[in-house]
Amino acid sequence: MSIKEKYALLTRDLGWDTTYQSMDAVFPQDKFEGIVIHNWDGWEDPFRMTMDAYWKFQSEKERKLYAIIDAFQQNNGQLNVTDARYVNALKLFLTGVSPLEYAAHRGFAMAGRNLRGAGARVACQMQSVDELRHCQTQVHTISQYNKFFNGFEDWTHMHDRLWYLSVPKSYFEDAMTAGPFEFITAISFSFEYVLTNLLFMPFMSGAAFNGDMATVTFGFSAQSDESRHMTLGLEVVKFMLEQDPANLPIIQKWVDKWFWRGYRLLTLVAMMMDYMLPKKVMSWKEAWEMYFEQNGGALFADLARYGVRMPKYHEQAAQEKDHLSHIAWSIFYNFNHAAAIHTWVPEENELDWLKAQYPDTFEEHHLPHLRYWQEQHKAGKRWTNPGLPMLCQLCQVPMAFREPGDPTQVCYREVKYEGENYHFCSDGCCDIFKNEPEKYVQAWLPVHQIFQGNCGGPTLPEVLDWYHLKPEAAGDYADSADRANWERWTNDNPKAA
Amino acid sequence: MPVIALAPDYRGEVRDRVENFHGNQLVYFGWDRRMLFCSPFTLPLPPDMPFKTLVSDVLTPLLAAHPEGASIDWSTATWLRAGQPFVPEPEASLVANGLGHKTVLRLQTPQPAGVGGSGN
Repeated sequence: MSIKEKYALLTRDLGWDTTYQSMDAVFPQDKFEGIVIHNWDGWEDPFRMTMDAYWKFQSEKERKLYAIIDAFQQNNGQLNVTDARYVNALKLFLTGVSPLEYAAHRGFAMAGRNLRGAGARVACQMQSVDELRHCQTQVHTISQYNKFFNGFEDWTHMHDRLWYLSVPKSYFEDAMTAGPFEFITAISFSFEYVLTNLLFMPFMSGAAFNGDMATVTFGFSAQSDESRHMTLGLEVVKFMLEQDPANLPIIQKWVDKWFWRGYRLLTLVAMMMDYMLPKKVMSWKEAWEMYFEQNGGALFADLARYGVRMPKYHEQAAQEKDHLSHIAWSIFYNFNHAAAIHTWVPEENELDWLKAQYPDTFEEHHLPHLRYWQEQHKAGKRWTNPGLPMLCQLCQVPMAFREPGDPTQVCYREVKYEGENYHFCSDGCCDIFKNEPEKYVQAWLPVHQIFQGNCGGPTLPEVLDWYHLKPEAAGDYADSADRANWERWTNDNPKAA
Repeated sequence: MPVIALAPDYRGEVRDRVENFHGNQLVYFGWDRRMLFCSPFTLPLPPDMPFKTLVSDVLTPLLAAHPEGASIDWSTATWLRAGQPFVPEPEASLVANGLGHKTVLRLQTPQPAGVGGSGN
């Protein structure tokens, strides 16, 4: 039997129209979003993956991965990274991204259950298994670092509670509580197709540049799955657009929404690229230009024949590329006493690199506060923010973003809905709220939850305890146990030995 | 449409109603063009707190973390309430000053601003 025939048997022959119950009763969730599908057979999976091929490919990749992880552990590979500061990128990945892989596993299982086309169901179910595998490989890979560095323990607990992790968590929960078509547009198209390079390229190339072979390995192992997911994302959107002209405005609204939500989520990645990698790959600005403005621009030019246009507010994202990573690092520096990663003022050669990468903006707008913090720290007064931040109701990031065109002014947007005030960091987040306010009035905003008394108690130590954040996992890198240990292990500093 | 949902007339629970804050209300406070503080603050405050007490007991200690915090001339400072200029009544309460639950209060002090005049 040819692969094509096998695939047809798997995806079409195993499907049937129900008779004891109506199809609408069995698949109650694939119509309420307004997407009209006339013919599910129009769904084409370009990979035509069958179960036997799938298991064979995946098990082969697993064998390779775990062999390399074993070797990494036996050879103390964690000592080969450029600097212990790098390990903070992995902390961010394990607490922020790996739980999203698990959430994607759940989300695709639900989408697979709720789409009535057999081809779509099979594609979603395979992706669901892929995502579970990704979560698992990441946990196993990163576990070695947990033996030597602080901040990795209790990552699932932290994902549910820690203030900045509500950003990735709420992003995915927004997608999972939408209907199956919006979920798949959000994750498969907007994230996996349009933005994923901006997540995986920095982390995986960053790992390679910084001597972290373990992370490179899970990156490679996931790569062929990711290319399948990306292709699926594009096919899904084309399929919906081809089925009925009524689908276009709905899909455009989702593209606008999920571009902006994904972009705000990538704020964490921008900071990681420009500040957390001791050996830089490229700047956030360059990455945005290459992977969104050029590649994304070409994609949307291609989709123009379906009537799809560039996501709303992409111009604001382009304007913000000069500031995004600096804003993000400032947030974490301000609140480092309550974060499970360390921060620091970059070293002189790194400041020079930032000046060169951001010649028009860095020295004027961002270097002054870094210099101030540097002086304070030298004087033994490590600076921290004395309060709690105001958060955006939608993306849940502290309101640190700037008014378009005015980098010295915080951007405020405000909406009154049914007598209550709601606040946003940007036009993009504000529009998403205005489209579905009943969804976002329910947002679990970490700062508000603390003041409602739902986070362990009224004092900071009580809240940190409720987070399971140990004091040694937080604070400046210069004063951390991670640094002292690293210097002892690598003999960088004979006095510490 | 207020939401796309399976259930007709779906309503979300408003999680941050003022009743949930044990007698306090939230006021958001930002000092314009001072980016050393990465974002505005969220302050839980008694609604009947006089405005002058907000300045003396809450804002003054908070802004002491900024190198220019101690030298603010409160008599020449100007204010925005929900984005609009307003002149607070120092003796009156927050609520009487129109500062209700989840209102943004912004402080503006004369330029040049921030560390080295940089807006930081």
